[in-house]
Amino acid sequence: MSSEPSAAIDGFIQAVGADRTRLLDIVEQVQHRFGYVGDDSVQAIAKGLGIHAVEVEDMVSFYSFFDREPRGQFRIRLSKTPISFMKGAKAVARAFEQALGIAVGQTSPDGRFTLEWTSDIGMADQEPAALVDRMVLTALTPGDVPAIVAALRKRGHEGDRPPFQLHPSEGAMLPKATVRPSLVHPGALLLGPRDRDAGTRAALARTPDQVIEEISKSKLRGRGGAGFPTGMKWRLTRKAVGKDHYVVCNADEGEPGTFKDRVLLSEFPDLVFDGMTVAGYALGARHGLVYLRGEYAYMWEALQEVLTNRRDLGLLGNGICGREGFDFDIRIQLGAGAYMCGEESSLLESLEGKRGAPRDRPPFPTERGYLQQPTAIDNVETFACAARIVEKGAAWFSGYGTKESTGTKLMSVSGDCAHPGVYEVPFGITVNELLDMVGATDVRYVQVSGPSGQSVAPKDFGRRIAYEDLSTGGSTMIFGPGRDVLDIALQFSDFFVDESCGWCAPCRVGTTLLKQGMEKVVAGRATLADLAQMEALGNTVMRMSRCGLGQMAPNPILSTMRNFPELYEARLAPTLFTPRVTLHDALREAVAVQGREPAAEEA
Amino acid sequence: MDAATFSFTVDGVEVEAIEGQSVIEACDAAGIYIPRLCHHPDLEPSGNCRVCTCKINGRNGAACVTPAARGMAIENATPQLTDDRRAIIEMLFVEGNHPCPYCVASGDCELQALGYRLGMVAPTQPYQWPGRKIDATHPDIYLDHDRCILCSRCIRASRMEDGKSVFGFEGRGIAMRLNVDAEGGLGETQMAAIDKAASVCPVACIVIKRDSYRVPNGSRRFDTAPIGSDIEAKRKVRQS
Repeated sequence: MSSEPSAAIDGFIQAVGADRTRLLDIVEQVQHRFGYVGDDSVQAIAKGLGIHAVEVEDMVSFYSFFDREPRGQFRIRLSKTPISFMKGAKAVARAFEQALGIAVGQTSPDGRFTLEWTSDIGMADQEPAALVDRMVLTALTPGDVPAIVAALRKRGHEGDRPPFQLHPSEGAMLPKATVRPSLVHPGALLLGPRDRDAGTRAALARTPDQVIEEISKSKLRGRGGAGFPTGMKWRLTRKAVGKDHYVVCNADEGEPGTFKDRVLLSEFPDLVFDGMTVAGYALGARHGLVYLRGEYAYMWEALQEVLTNRRDLGLLGNGICGREGFDFDIRIQLGAGAYMCGEESSLLESLEGKRGAPRDRPPFPTERGYLQQPTAIDNVETFACAARIVEKGAAWFSGYGTKESTGTKLMSVSGDCAHPGVYEVPFGITVNELLDMVGATDVRYVQVSGPSGQSVAPKDFGRRIAYEDLSTGGSTMIFGPGRDVLDIALQFSDFFVDESCGWCAPCRVGTTLLKQGMEKVVAGRATLADLAQMEALGNTVMRMSRCGLGQMAPNPILSTMRNFPELYEARLAPTLFTPRVTLHDALREAVAVQGREPAAEEA
Repeated sequence: MDAATFSFTVDGVEVEAIEGQSVIEACDAAGIYIPRLCHHPDLEPSGNCRVCTCKINGRNGAACVTPAARGMAIENATPQLTDDRRAIIEMLFVEGNHPCPYCVASGDCELQALGYRLGMVAPTQPYQWPGRKIDATHPDIYLDHDRCILCSRCIRASRMEDGKSVFGFEGRGIAMRLNVDAEGGLGETQMAAIDKAASVCPVACIVIKRDSYRVPNGSRRFDTAPIGSDIEAKRKVRQS
């Protein structure tokens, strides 16, 4: 490596104080600057941090947005989800293939473009969507593609673009480079004008213990879907002994179909940061971290601006609101394309500059989290709720919702409905009521809480959105009568293959085997015995996997098997056994070598 | 029983444990065998294989990474757990290439031995035929990646015991691989045949050259007694 790149890498390393736990930032800079993280870069990073190259590679190779080989100057990543496919993503992909002269997965010979699929990018209400580097394109049609490609061709590559910065002009010159505001129906949490420090000031009028008491009284539970009582989490974290305490905001919303955290961060960032500051006060933490998914890098500048404003107003930094000793600040950590990191312990590993593999618990993050210190990790929406609760009181909050699920929930609604977007609804609302709100009249089924949730058939539309009934992180994908339930289950299974971290055997291998089983079903080649075997395998993966990803990964198959057995039966092969591989596929290599087809099978 | 010792039950049998022990450590000491693959008594546990999963107070958890606690009620040798463990062993068999009849590790392979112990006849899942490259660059050791089950023993041993960090993971999901700390292969690393990392591989991924048939087939560890017999023998001694 010439001295210039090596000097640049040294600069990236020094910028984070040669801190090994900031490896993610260093690699992000290298990827951004050079377009990939080559062997020389790996060596330079390892040398600069005093670690082994194999440790750098271990981390770099984990994330979808890092490349070990040079790829195109422009990375076009098309969102691959059942929703994007319903809205025409395949036609958009074909248009890109045609305009660029390459297939998906390839890089153009001139080295300018790489075209790829990527997992859901949080734009389910405006699919087909795509990322071009850090820009987001939405509501694409095949007709948009030639103009997009022409605009990109005209643009030279700025090798020394400052990291994460988006020139306003950069977006403006590209057709469809806008993210439409997605909030359709605000409720108690989001309605009305609000002071940006209302939560912090209300908290400061109480003791930290009183703040936690108020949160506990409100019965606020984690909005990511798991529903752990927030007050208890904060109390455990506050009580835990450590050198430092940390507040971490999980903004890695990667569940296909969810985008409500995007709405909160782009339209209500002060509410979220206010909630984090409340947590900082309550826990006695000095450091707050937002783990922002790499797909949302386009918000980087705007969020930094909000943080700067809050510092200028004395709402972050030392002596917040004039309270001596209340020091708290927030850093944003950008992720790099890994659904796995939405799982809290994987997120912590990633924050520490490692691959996003989950940790075994105990110890829980409340005791030993970020840097082995007591850490409260909460969902973006949870912090927004917390800010409102200290501002308006626990009684106000628990006036909404049900006994066990207080407050409101932000639902990300997409698919076959008139008005996709984010809806703030009180807990306890039935699926039917929600479907009425969003203008979904003819519905075959609803995927509640994304692929890791469950498929809900019309007979269950009377069920309620609540922790005690249909628990959800908010993703709500609506599928109309013409949709192929089994094909969608296959796509979801494929998603888990892409996103399994690989650490534990049952999830790493099981997700692939489940997908292969589902492929056989969709191809009409599966037998009754195959179904029984797939069900048994799914249950094993669910019981034996290390973390929530693996434990939920069989859900798309198991829950459609439960709810739509007749669809599986209708696809079965009318024989006792069919081989997984057809004779034609088995002989493909031989056919290619010999240049002739085998003699036809006898009838 | 002093303050630092306590007891819990495994399939109804009382087990004594010392503060700080994991469930698997306490059970090993007590002569109760919990099937395991990635766990190694000399290394920090890492929870990769999940074979040692038990039902602990009603919830599944890996015994290698779960601290023993007073009064735990643990289920170990239930038909359901045996089925699930066998299913994991099958998954590992089809993920890599494991031709026992002509593998150098046959009879000394923990994957094979667990297959026997858990009653695996033949994998029911489709083979994935990975086709990974053999790394023979080291003068004394070769790496047959097709055998690797990603248990991370060598990674942990090299980092913690040898102080070398010769091994790491690469990639994620089904594409995850064992990686070495040099572009040119194992031969360019600090690895030595006497390293701990060279001796902990449960299968035939890390193989010492010119050493494979010192002990002939038929008289190897698991040819003579099922895997876990050494642990269970302790219990028989205690009982007698």
